[in-house]
Amino acid sequence: MDRRSFLKFSAATGMALATSEAQATEPAQPEEFVGVLVDTTRCIGCRSCERACSVANNLPVPDVEKDGALAQVRDTSDHQWTVVNRFETSKGEVFVKKQCLHCWQPACGAACLTNAMYKTRTGPVIWRPGKCMGCRFCMVSCPFDVPKFEYSGWNPKIQKCSMCAERLEQGKKPACVEACPTDALMFSSKRQLMEVARVRIYNHPERYVHKIYGEYEVGGTGWLYLSAVPFEEIGFRTDLGTTPYPEYTRNFLYGVPLGLFGLPALLVGLSLLAQNDKSRLEGSES
Amino acid sequence: MIPSATQSSSGVRRVLRFLLAEMRPKGPLMTPFNMISIPVILLGIGILTVRFIYGLGSVTNLSQSYPWGLWIGFDVVTGVAFAGGAYVLTFAVYVMGVEKYHPIVRATVLNGLLAYVFYAGALVLDLGRPWNVINPIIGNSFGYNSVLFQVAWSFLLYMLAEALEFSPAVAEWLGLKRLRNFLRSLTLGAVIIGVTLSTLHQAGLGALFLMAKPKIHPLWYTEFIPVLFTVSSIYAGLSMLIVEGSISHRVFSDQLDASKHHQHNEILLGLGKGVAITMFAYYFFKVLLFLHDRQWHLLASGWGAWYLVEVLGCVLVPCVMFISAVRTRSLGLLRVAAVWALVGILLNRLNISVIAFNWQLPVRYYPSWQEIIVTLTVAFTEIWVFRWIVVRMPVMREPHELPHAAPSVVRATV
Repeated sequence: MDRRSFLKFSAATGMALATSEAQATEPAQPEEFVGVLVDTTRCIGCRSCERACSVANNLPVPDVEKDGALAQVRDTSDHQWTVVNRFETSKGEVFVKKQCLHCWQPACGAACLTNAMYKTRTGPVIWRPGKCMGCRFCMVSCPFDVPKFEYSGWNPKIQKCSMCAERLEQGKKPACVEACPTDALMFSSKRQLMEVARVRIYNHPERYVHKIYGEYEVGGTGWLYLSAVPFEEIGFRTDLGTTPYPEYTRNFLYGVPLGLFGLPALLVGLSLLAQNDKSRLEGSES
Repeated sequence: MIPSATQSSSGVRRVLRFLLAEMRPKGPLMTPFNMISIPVILLGIGILTVRFIYGLGSVTNLSQSYPWGLWIGFDVVTGVAFAGGAYVLTFAVYVMGVEKYHPIVRATVLNGLLAYVFYAGALVLDLGRPWNVINPIIGNSFGYNSVLFQVAWSFLLYMLAEALEFSPAVAEWLGLKRLRNFLRSLTLGAVIIGVTLSTLHQAGLGALFLMAKPKIHPLWYTEFIPVLFTVSSIYAGLSMLIVEGSISHRVFSDQLDASKHHQHNEILLGLGKGVAITMFAYYFFKVLLFLHDRQWHLLASGWGAWYLVEVLGCVLVPCVMFISAVRTRSLGLLRVAAVWALVGILLNRLNISVIAFNWQLPVRYYPSWQEIIVTLTVAFTEIWVFRWIVVRMPVMREPHELPHAAPSVVRATV
């Protein structure tokens, strides 16, 4: 049981019996989180993924042939869920696609007080407009600075890659994966992606650094990266640790119920202790 | 039946007529404060209108790298720390029975209540989709796993608890004696709930930044941010009581009788003692964390110097000033120390939420003039409401009771 479901479970202890019964009658469904393996050694920087993403998600479509966007390192934005960046590295130029990494235990989801940022059962981390109040706590919490906010307009949205969750439900692949002409992107379950990634490193030990970014980072991510050069050289933070980010608030959140029941008990006790005169209680006034 | 019904309906009419009469301004309109605050508030309302039509970007300097700016960092995070006086004082007076502070408890609770309504309420101004603010309350959906969920709920419930603590004053104002007595009987319960919720959400405000680990400068990031926030909210709240008490003591001196003037100095010195002790505990804790994390190497940078300004310049120095002020019974020094301590809190909260946040990025955030005006608007509006209530309701003046209510006499003889 992961932390999120544990918290939900403990919050609903009153209904614990009922739910456990309901769970018992449900057939066990082995579900796996899906993800994408990005092999940066295969990417040619054609930015077909950028265009396909914008088309599939009703975002302004970039003119990838003429806009010369590769000249500088870009970030995703409130109108672009994915970008490809060019890096000069020790092994020549490398192109790296950037988008939401769809963490296994996303900080944004743990931050969201309405579960608008939501890790679906199949892996994509999606944003649900009907729930979001626009507090931007997800942006503060995301270690990769992925969620982007629309600062213009009365009805702003949080914009981020959804791994094309709706397409996945229809049995399709994410739009970027489908558009990739060089198989730099591969869509599958994380278990299978890990196998593929390891096989590639094993077969070509000289071509890759022996690390799969996303295997352990921030507790594991849905998107995985292979690289020919150390990941620092191609714009990745390697100081984020392997602890799932929700863990950092776990102790505090576990302390809340203790405080909620423990403190009043303590205060009542103190109040009685300080009550050396009964008339003070009767005469206590605002 | 019928006579009592007509009686109550005439009673309602009397109350309504009374309320209407109370709506009229009761003081001179052309005061310096009014002359400054009225244009600022009007400008602030204009800015907010633009903000709700054209979005946050039209009036703020917020960006994708700085999702939270002055409105969260100052209004909410700092404002709530400043409002900590209410829970500390109600704890002392109602739970521990320290009668010495009874005379200022109503003003403090009112201040706390209004601070939460306005400063925590300023959160709504910062929300991109404010119409969804009720979602975590109505269950669309309950994000139990979120620190902010806990903070939001405890803000809400704390405001109710404080309203309950203040409600006897409203009942006295309306001349509803039996209601007053009933509400007064709820005070201790409301205080116990209020102190609990305050402790939790003062810590919760700190816990908001726990997941921002890679973004906050290591001199400020620690897993103990929640504890630091709670401890510092105690002395922030008490310092605010000293500052507010000194100001309102002067402004509303016509509401106080001679014995209260004398008491007032003793109260301020007593609060100063509390601040000195809490501040020292906080400072000690800061040093302990610094040594434990072996952060000496971090001091040799601009950030290190800035950190020392905060911890030595704005915690240790005012702490020493408080100790000296209490020992020499110097009210002047006490007031300077209190303002200084508040500056320290402001620095600390802004450092964590804005200044040392995303410190590695080349872009920096500075508040726009519109953000500053809106912040002033929030503060001025709160002062307007505070003044409106103090002038009308028995907040500062004696007696707290209706003419023939006895308990205060009983208490005074005890």
